[in-house]
Order: sequence, then C-alpha cells, then structure tokens
Amino acid sequence: MWEKKPALFLLLATLTILVGTVVTMVLPFAWVNTDADRIASVKPYTPLQLAGRDIYIREGCNNCHTQTVRPLVAEVLRYGDYSKSGEFRYDRPFLWGSKRTGPDLARIGGKYPDAWHYQHLAAPTSMVPRSNMPAYAFLNQGTVDPAYTRRKMEVLGFPYRAAEISALQGKTEMDALVAYLQKLGSDIPWRQAARTVMVGELHNPYQGDSSVLSAGSALFEAHCSACHGKEMTGGIGPDIHDLDLPDADLYQLVFNGIPDGGMPGFSSLGTDRVWKIVNFVKYHKRH
Amino acid sequence: MEQPAYNYAIVRSFVTWSIVWGLVAVLVGVFIAFQLVDPNLNVPPYLTYGRLRPLHTNAGIFGWAIGSFFATFLYMVQRLCRTPLWSDRLARFQLWFFNATIITAAVTLLLGFNTSKEYHELEWPVDIMVVILWVVFAVNIIMTIAKRREEQMYISLWFMLASIVGVAILYIVNGAEVPVSLFKSYSAYAGTNDANVEWWYGHNAVAMVLTAPPLAVFYYFLPKSTGVPIYSHRLSIIAFWSLIFMYLWTGAHHLLWTPVPDWVQTLAMAFSVMLIAPSWGSVFNGYLSMEGQWHQMRENYLVKFLILGITFYGLQTLQGPLQAIRSFSAFIHYTDWVPGHVHMGALGWVSLVLFAAIYYLVPRIYGRELYSIPLANLHFWLVLVGQLGYSVSMWIAGVQQAGMWHSLNPDGSLAYSFMETLIEMYPYWWARAISGVIYLVGIGVFIYNLLMTVRRGKPAGEAVQGV
Repeated sequence: MWEKKPALFLLLATLTILVGTVVTMVLPFAWVNTDADRIASVKPYTPLQLAGRDIYIREGCNNCHTQTVRPLVAEVLRYGDYSKSGEFRYDRPFLWGSKRTGPDLARIGGKYPDAWHYQHLAAPTSMVPRSNMPAYAFLNQGTVDPAYTRRKMEVLGFPYRAAEISALQGKTEMDALVAYLQKLGSDIPWRQAARTVMVGELHNPYQGDSSVLSAGSALFEAHCSACHGKEMTGGIGPDIHDLDLPDADLYQLVFNGIPDGGMPGFSSLGTDRVWKIVNFVKYHKRH
Repeated sequence: MEQPAYNYAIVRSFVTWSIVWGLVAVLVGVFIAFQLVDPNLNVPPYLTYGRLRPLHTNAGIFGWAIGSFFATFLYMVQRLCRTPLWSDRLARFQLWFFNATIITAAVTLLLGFNTSKEYHELEWPVDIMVVILWVVFAVNIIMTIAKRREEQMYISLWFMLASIVGVAILYIVNGAEVPVSLFKSYSAYAGTNDANVEWWYGHNAVAMVLTAPPLAVFYYFLPKSTGVPIYSHRLSIIAFWSLIFMYLWTGAHHLLWTPVPDWVQTLAMAFSVMLIAPSWGSVFNGYLSMEGQWHQMRENYLVKFLILGITFYGLQTLQGPLQAIRSFSAFIHYTDWVPGHVHMGALGWVSLVLFAAIYYLVPRIYGRELYSIPLANLHFWLVLVGQLGYSVSMWIAGVQQAGMWHSLNPDGSLAYSFMETLIEMYPYWWARAISGVIYLVGIGVFIYNLLMTVRRGKPAGEAVQGV
C-alpha cells in the first residue's frame, strides 16, 4: 500500500535512512572530543599556523596527502606514532585525506628544518628528483592578511595575543604554510618516545670494506644529498665532506637524527643501510 | 490512445547540458591524469592538480551524473505518472539554476574556495545554491507524483524519491559550517567527528546519487529497451528497502584504522559485507529479466550498454565490501587501487546506464532515428576499453604500491623509501592517462552521433514516437 501513497512512502524511506544515521553518525559524538579522548598537550593553532592551514586547504594538498597514521607496523616505521583522536580536536575541517599520491603528513612537523620546506615547496624536484608534486613558488608572492586571520581565530574560538596578529604583517603565504607543516603531529612527544637508545659498543661491520661504497653512494644520493649536497659540501645541512667523527657516533647520528638541529633520523632504513651510509660518508675520499 | 502533452523540451535541454558537463569532467580528468605523470603540466595558481581534481569530481558528479538524472527523472516521472510535469516554469528555472550552479562551482573551485571535504568541496554560498536547486527539483517531482494518473508507483519512482530525501539529509547535515567571509567557512564539527560525518556523507552520496538514481534509470530503461518486464516485483521491493536501510551504516569503512571509535568501524565493515545482498538483488533482477532475451545482446545496442552497466554494478558491489574489510583495507587503502575502484563505478556502471538512457531518449524527444548504430557500437567499445584500461592498470598499481609500502627487511626496517614506491607508479599512471584518452575519444563519438541524429537523422516512425 506504500506503493500507492507517496507521502507514506517518503516517511517510511526517511525513517529507514535515519536508523543507521543515528547509530553510526550521531551517537559517536557522545565519545569523540570529550574528556574520554582529550590530550592535555594538544594546543590550538597559532594565527600563523591557522593561516597556513587555510592555504593547505585552498591548494587542495589533501587530494594527495593524508594526515592520519594507522597502527600498522610499516606505517608507524615510515611516518611515526599512530594518530590519536585527541590530536585532532581543533581541526575544523579534519584533513585526513583518502589517497597517498604523496606521503602522509600527520607527523611531518619537526622532521625537517624550515629551510627544507621552503626549498621543497618552491621546487619539489630540486630536492626529490623524480617527484610529481606541483611547484608552489607562487606562495612566496602572497601575503597573510592579519585582520582576516584575527577574524578566523575568533570564529574558531582559538586564543591569541595581539602581538601574534601584528607579527603576521609581512609574512608570506609560504611562511604560513611552513609554520603549519611544522606543527603537524608534534603536540605529543612521540619523537622522544620513538628514539632508539644504543647500549654497548657499536661496531662498523664494513670497516675497511670498500665493496659497499657504491651501495653507500646510492643511499647517500637518495637520502642525504638533497640537504648535504652531492659533493657533501653542504646546503640546507652542513658541509660534511671532511667530517671527522668516530664511526659509532656518526652511526647514532644518522640513525636517530638531530631532532633539535633539524636532521631527520634514518632508523627506518635499518642498521645495515645506515652503516653503508656511514662508510660512504667517512671513507669516500680515499677512493 | 491519446498522449498527455508531455514536456520533452526540458528533457532535451538537460540531456544537452549534462553531456556538456560530462565532457568537461572527462577532459579535466584526462588533463590531471597527465599532470600526475608530468608535474610541469601544473599551471599555478589556478590549474594545479590540487584545485583541478575537485573540479573533475564535481563536474562528474553534479554536472554529468545529476544533470542526466534530472533529464531522465523529468522524463520518467511524466511517463510513469501518465501526466505532464506539475510545473514547466519551475523546470525551466531548474535548468538555468543548474547551469548557474555548476559554473559558479567551477569558477570558485579554481579560485581556491573550497571546504576540503571530499565530494562536498563547494563553499557555503554555492552549497546554498545546490540546496535551492534540489528543493526546486524535489517539489516538481513530488507534485507530479501527487497528481499522477497511474495509481501504482513503479520501482523507478521509489528509488527517485529515496534519493531526493537521502541527498537532502546528507547534504545539509554535512554542509553545516560557520562562515568567516563570503567564500570561507569552518566546519561545524571538529576532528574525528568531522571525519565520521564527512564519510557518512561521502559514502551515502554514492548510495543516493550514484546507486539509487542509476537503478531508477536501469529499472525503467531495461524493460523499455528489451520490451519485456522486470523479472520480479517482489525481489525489487526487498532489494530496495534493504539497500536504503543498510547503506547508511557503512560510511566508516572509509575510516578503518583511524581514530574513529572501533565499534563504528566494525559496524561499517559488517554492514558493507551485508550490502552485497541487496546490491546483487538488483543485479539478478536485471539478469533474470533477460531470460529468453539474451540474443538482444547481439542485436540491440541499448541492451549491451545496460547489461554491461549492471555487470559493473555487480562487480563494484563485490569489490567495495572486500575493500571494507579491515585486513584488506590495511593493505589497499590510500593506494591507486581505490581510484581504479571508483572509476569502475563511475565510468562503467553509472555512465554506461546513462549512455543507454540517452540513446533511448534522443530519438523520442527529437523525433529522429539514431544517426548511426555502428557509431553507437564503436562508442560502446571505446568507453569499455578506456574504462577497463583505467581500472585494471590502477588495480595492479595499487597492489604493487601496497606491497612495497608494507614490505620489511629481515632486520625489521622498511624495504623501500616512499620515493622508490612512487617511481614504480609512473608506467601505470601513463597507462591510466592513455586509457582516459581512449575514453575521451569514445565520448567524442557519442557526441558526434547525437549531433548528427539531431541535424540529419531520419524522422522517426510511429514505433519510436508513440511509446
């Protein structure tokens, strides 16, 4: 009989649609973004970071980059600690994305120094030769509007100081985007927790073994040369062509990185490949 | 029997404009496919991948799909109710407002005004235009049904009505946002909640825009094309109600392994698998309706489009639930497999059924016989090869990508850096771009054939004009 009564049919169809809606879409509000998943150290965005986030949205970065690390072995190794609900409570909208044409960015904050991002965003292939990311050099021309940003902070109810707003004067869109990227995922102290503590004496398994130099060279080219230069004479990172450090110290440095100095750790490469890099950096000149 | 004065002019206009926007969607799609193989094709700021991809999806969903549903629904509702449209003026307004909305959407997306939410990128003023458009459409359909001269509502009308209600609820709830300026707003929901609302919307946009409406079209145009009725009325009732009940539980299968509560993910996974039943209910109803009629696959090009279309729907609704299972999602999610899946639905299922509907309509609304059936067959094969080339290359790409992302060395370290995995994708991305070109040529043949039908087609006989 509903097939003969459109009004009744519409009512029934609406009710049918609402059952799953209420259970799976409305009900979770009772748990999410409450005290149950709150993380005290997670802070709202500063005016500059918020301006950067809006540029990320404007340029559609989320079409190629996700912002959520899943609790899977390879994923945590590649990107860092898996994402927690409480880390996103200030994200309106959320930016988890659905496709990784480029890498996940949930933990990109603090991985590289600012200079890396400036150069990479302006000319991605200058840092990563076969990247297919578009160049965003034009962000250097755009400037952040302080009054408009203040209004955004008020709409979102984020705390800010007048000095932070006036400091926006003269900031470029590039400055803002880099500030945003550097905040991502760094509100919880996961890097310290993920750091490997070395115990005992480290021994270079390739001591005096010149046969691994070519493997080391290829690894250096892929992972180190963008910052230290092909000839190790420096760039974004320091000149290391005549670095004089004990093998074990250099190994620790490459493996864990220098979190405060802007050098990422390369533990995900594994011990073997890190030793090959150490060998290449230290002994390439003798050949 | 004397026919009521059906409004075919509006159907002609919507057919034309939906094809225009469909062409735009495919052109942009092919262009961004080439951008992925060569980033130098990005022309900042307006023509970068990040801004063009939402334009591609919006032109496809709102321009081509919804545009041609407007065309087919406005035709079907008159025929199934045996009465002209409730308001011709409202329908005319709907046409112009539709085009105004799509143009505004395209311009604002290129200018960078977007909410970032997938398939709901349009900023709040354009959102309001979409809502007005939908209300206008809904009023005309519902009022036409109210004054119908056929007591029983045919299956196609159920799917139509469910889609009207469903889209309205989804679009308004997910679109809740707080404006900052004319073209900037922030979502009313935050973080994990926002994600869950968005994918409740996103997946059910697939239900209410890309499943229910093409099923409405299929259930009408298959019997019309074959000349024999649908196999089972009862099966269509069961499939209909269980489909619209189960779909709404499944959104979170887009969010497996994310911080969304586990029980929501588990429900989504379970209902996704259950959804195979109602989906295949319609597939079987289609196949069984062909009993004794399979020879028409050779003789009737319309049937070929429709049956291949429902076959891709069947494959899509098996592959989808597979991806919604936690373990498989862990492997395949975020890879190129997913666009392969989506395009089987968009290019295979939805578009094939719409092509058939348009081929059926054009002779009737223009009173001319189709210019060339061989060209329609060529169109069929080009879009089929283009779509399979796209999907199959992306599935292989996705499996390789996932395998490389997850593979570990014996010492527990990652076997490949991200760039090593990306470089391996280039050959597949080339294959995809070339497949897109083949599909585009198919669309070109389609448009040429229709243009020639309108300009040079022989006047249609009674058989075509009468029914």
